[in-house]
Amino acid sequence: METEQLIRTLAADNAHRARPVGFVLTCALLAAVPVSVAMFLAGLGVRSDVMTAMHNPFFNLKFVETLALAISAIAVSLHLSRPEASMKGWGWLLLVPLMILAAGIASEMMMPQEVPMMTRLIGSNSRVCLTAIPLMSLPLLAGTLIGLRHGAPTRPAVAGAIAGLLSAGLAATLYASHCTDDSPLFVVTWYTIATALVTAVGALAGSKVLRF
Amino acid sequence: MRETEDEWTSLMRLAISGDSAAYHRLLRAVTPVLRAGARRGLARAGQPVDQSEDIVQDILLAVHLKRHTWDTNAPFAPWLFAIARNKLIDALRRRGRRVFVNIDDFAETIPDESAAETASPSEIAAQLQTLPPRQRDVLQSIAVESASIRDTAAKFAMSEGAVRVALHRALTSLTAKLREQ
Repeated sequence: METEQLIRTLAADNAHRARPVGFVLTCALLAAVPVSVAMFLAGLGVRSDVMTAMHNPFFNLKFVETLALAISAIAVSLHLSRPEASMKGWGWLLLVPLMILAAGIASEMMMPQEVPMMTRLIGSNSRVCLTAIPLMSLPLLAGTLIGLRHGAPTRPAVAGAIAGLLSAGLAATLYASHCTDDSPLFVVTWYTIATALVTAVGALAGSKVLRF
Repeated sequence: MRETEDEWTSLMRLAISGDSAAYHRLLRAVTPVLRAGARRGLARAGQPVDQSEDIVQDILLAVHLKRHTWDTNAPFAPWLFAIARNKLIDALRRRGRRVFVNIDDFAETIPDESAAETASPSEIAAQLQTLPPRQRDVLQSIAVESASIRDTAAKFAMSEGAVRVALHRALTSLTAKLREQ
């Protein structure tokens, strides 16, 4: 086909309007969240002492951290869905959850503790944490990748990694309501390892499926 | 260059608001620049430049199918060149070359107004044959026979809406097939 013919054909298709990436990403996540919630309810469920736990600021802080990760990853992934976008000026957004975490650790250090530091860090749920967060992120990661495929990310592995952060953030939000380890030291260790795992899977998947 | 790029931006804004003639003009205006950039990239990778037309067509398809990711408040050229670079890197990679495309391959070229060299039948033409019959008929009618949407609808006893859908699907599946190569 001559290029001139192709151009004429594309012009004839000009009336077609694609939906914005944000819209498609929202739809894909709305479809994926119920799957992860179902996995959560079937396998874990909310911890039984949730009413008392809600009075513990460190229990509540877990949600601030995981949601901060999810929200900043949503912003960055939408930005990266444009071909000319770079991480410049956007990377700091991903540091926000880490800064909240650091503030949490600092304030826990300043309070008198009955349990030694290492015991708080090791906790009693690390295995569940490392299994549940990655597993519950899988449907969310698939949804995010479907949404981002609608965009034009020119760094597919980076965009995939951010998709991993996003889905790990949402999955960790669910998991946080089950887990009885509330110390920021536990969160910074095990949640971070679980998130890194999902991020690596996201980067790998992204480099395959996000090319356009 | 600055002026040309400003003109591209306003043409693309018109195109997005539904002006197909402006869109046609824009695509014709950027093609010589894309062709020159593709040739430069191929030459640098030690590849025959007569393959540049496949890359140009690849870029044009991507521009078309991803134009909703262009922010109408941003200049058009950086967006266009990002897509073009991406497609050039892809094309070189498919030919087994691990080369990094110079960031200025597209931005700093003198438009190549020479006619497209068609040394071999284009990759698009080859993939055309693998499309479902209805999509292929519609695409061929509009691309090769220069028929309008309305004439195409009359010819195949379809509604104009159905022709539009078939045309868009044909372009989407062509792009997918080119990517899978």
